[in-house]
Amino acid sequence: MAAMAVADSAGANTSNGYNLPVGVTDMSREIYDLHMFVFWICVGIAVVVFGAMIYSLLKFRRSQGAVADTSMMHSTKVEVIWTLVPVVILIVMAVPAGETILRMEDMRDSGLSIRVTGYQWKWQYQYMDAGQGINYFSTLSQDSNFARQLHSGVDPSTVPNYLLSVDKPLVVPSGVKVRLLLTSMDVIHAWWIPDFGAKRDAIPGFINELWFNVTPGKEGIYRGQCAALCGRDHGFMPIVVEVKTPDDFKKWVDAQKAAAAPATVAALAPADRASVDGQVLKSKTTLQDSN
Amino acid sequence: MANTFDAAHEEHHDLPVAGIKRWLFATNHKDIGTMYLVFSLIMFFVGGAMAMVIRAELFQPGLQLVDPAFFNQMTTNHALVMIFGAVMPAFVGLANWMVPLQIGAPDMALPRMNNFSFWLLPFAFTLLLSTFFVPGGAVAGGWTLYPPLALQTGNSFPMLIFAIHLMGASSIMGAINVIVTIMNMRAPGMTLLQMPLFCWTWLITAYLLIAVMPVLAGAVTMLLTDHFFKTSFFNAAGGGDPLMFEHIFWFFGHPEVYIMILPAFGIISEILPTFSRKPLFGATSMIYATASIGFLSFIVWGHHMFADGMPMAAQLFFMMSTMLISVPTGVKVFNWTATMWRGSLSFEPPMLFALGFLFMFTIGGFSGVMLAIVPADFQYNNTYFVVAHFHYVLVPGAIFAIMGAVYYWMPKWTGNMYSMGLAKTHFWLSTIFVNILFFPQHFLGLAGMPRRVPDYAVQFADWNMVSSIGGFGFGLSQILFVIVVIQCARGGKKATALVWEGARPTGLEWSIPSPAPYHSFTTAPILTAAELKH
Repeated sequence: MAAMAVADSAGANTSNGYNLPVGVTDMSREIYDLHMFVFWICVGIAVVVFGAMIYSLLKFRRSQGAVADTSMMHSTKVEVIWTLVPVVILIVMAVPAGETILRMEDMRDSGLSIRVTGYQWKWQYQYMDAGQGINYFSTLSQDSNFARQLHSGVDPSTVPNYLLSVDKPLVVPSGVKVRLLLTSMDVIHAWWIPDFGAKRDAIPGFINELWFNVTPGKEGIYRGQCAALCGRDHGFMPIVVEVKTPDDFKKWVDAQKAAAAPATVAALAPADRASVDGQVLKSKTTLQDSN
Repeated sequence: MANTFDAAHEEHHDLPVAGIKRWLFATNHKDIGTMYLVFSLIMFFVGGAMAMVIRAELFQPGLQLVDPAFFNQMTTNHALVMIFGAVMPAFVGLANWMVPLQIGAPDMALPRMNNFSFWLLPFAFTLLLSTFFVPGGAVAGGWTLYPPLALQTGNSFPMLIFAIHLMGASSIMGAINVIVTIMNMRAPGMTLLQMPLFCWTWLITAYLLIAVMPVLAGAVTMLLTDHFFKTSFFNAAGGGDPLMFEHIFWFFGHPEVYIMILPAFGIISEILPTFSRKPLFGATSMIYATASIGFLSFIVWGHHMFADGMPMAAQLFFMMSTMLISVPTGVKVFNWTATMWRGSLSFEPPMLFALGFLFMFTIGGFSGVMLAIVPADFQYNNTYFVVAHFHYVLVPGAIFAIMGAVYYWMPKWTGNMYSMGLAKTHFWLSTIFVNILFFPQHFLGLAGMPRRVPDYAVQFADWNMVSSIGGFGFGLSQILFVIVVIQCARGGKKATALVWEGARPTGLEWSIPSPAPYHSFTTAPILTAAELKH
């Protein structure tokens, strides 16, 4: 999967290091466009306002012999104009933003729902729908966890995806509307993948929703972090999502279920039971370990 | 000069008492103002030292200096100390000094309460800072104190709550004093609309304080009972609602933001006309704009919580109400620009700080508009973009205004001019370093670095190092400010009553000699037509 390798080597996300990532969902692209639209409006206003200020600073200096025009007290006409023009500009910005909110909050017709639970300091993923029964925890990977200890002596730049890699990523299919149901078992956390344009708080006692739909062809690994202060190790509970094609996702689901399902044992011949039992036990232990 | 004060007529017993009693039992608005300002400066350095620890740890990726738990104590207490210890007391100190002088009153209306409201603060902050030495360390759940995290705090928790109660009581008393003074003690003939802008912005600030400090007190008291008395206001397991705390907190918290900026608007509206040698453009619309901002500040709190899960209608409402605030704020910026237009500008240190405010506060305003756009806010929320935004409005915003005010009025307080060269150096170093410190944080936030983290992924390393260098430079530059202030207090070229010769500032404070006598306006001044035009 070439796409995966490209996304993986890009690091945390597709940001260029000083701007928002364009991202890999329609929503993230819409947010990026909105962000740039508002940014350029601000730049335009800044050019006019700062221009007038800088012109005043250069032109009306006492050291250059400028004499103050003390009759200039106020002008109702000008003041009305510079009250109404910003209102118009705000409406121009608010309309597309409002439309995006409507799309963002439309949780209908999702193809896959996953329950996401925040803990101090890890995430739990419980699949519903096609992935029913898949349930595991996702924590900071061991090499990052070792390197991040005070006085560890490890140079973080030698650790692949320092602080942004986990033992088991969330796995989702591309081209499917994935709905996350977010909650928490202790304090407030926030689930965030910048490349998906998706962030929402995970709050104990509440179930928050968010959705994303990764554009087909953009399969790969995407990384984010908890975005709400949740205690000592808030900085060390990353979120990693592996996006697979629907076919690969189905294979992954089947593999997970096969690994977890003791039901297959009954179908085997009694002669094979002993060895298979051993294997099943082993895979169950693995599952529990990862739990 | 209709009201030149004649010091020779002063009775001997009106001079300050000697020694510590002068300060402990102070009822003189000037003494109390001085104590507030000195206290605020000390807290500025205490909070600044915490910021230095934060920037030192973030200098490069990996943990080098402090444990993550201690890092969280630093961020939490940096905010609490800077907000409640540095910025708010500085504004109250300026109000104590300048409100009576500007409106021609002999003192604040309630001098003994004034003493009480100041002396609560050293105790409140001793209590707050001593939490670093109790088991479990200081509060580390962020200054916003969101439960359930805040409820995991150890022994420092009740100390924090009590400290906040003391700070709140102090603020409320300070606010009552300002309102009563302004409403009852203006010089005869001075109508509200003729009052200087600094008094106006403080009057509105005082109403905001009285409205929201009790809300904060209620919120933290509910936290206290949740922690110790088994209530479940915010405990989901007991049927409570953690989100309710956020609503209550930000109903306090957003007006609080304007409590920290409206007096700054007033200061800028005093300084710019003086050094533009022109009256403030649209003074009346400035007052209406300030009042509009005060009103709107009560209906925008939800914009702190867009990512918390909010009904769509609420998202739309809070987005639009938040954007509306930029209209009166824009009016203020345009009026200040128009004040300079066709003026005769000179660039003494107060003017430099006012101009720094004007440019950099506006940058903070732009990022504020961007943050109001809900879909984009999901990407900005809880990242360094937010950190950059509110530091732009608070540091080169509120704090530059406070420093500008000190440079503007200090000759009136001490009777001495200060070193213009040192003060200008202080301005330029502060301005350069504050931008190196905070501008790269916009990039960090947009690139995906969350706030309140002690360590970060390596792609954020470059801008963090730049930001830390700016932080150290900014911190060191502030030592210059202390040097200028101490030099000015000890002596220097004598200031005239007008102080800014050639600028001819308007306002009653300039009609009394420099230094302002210990008791001023013991008889009400008679206002001249020129003074009423202010």
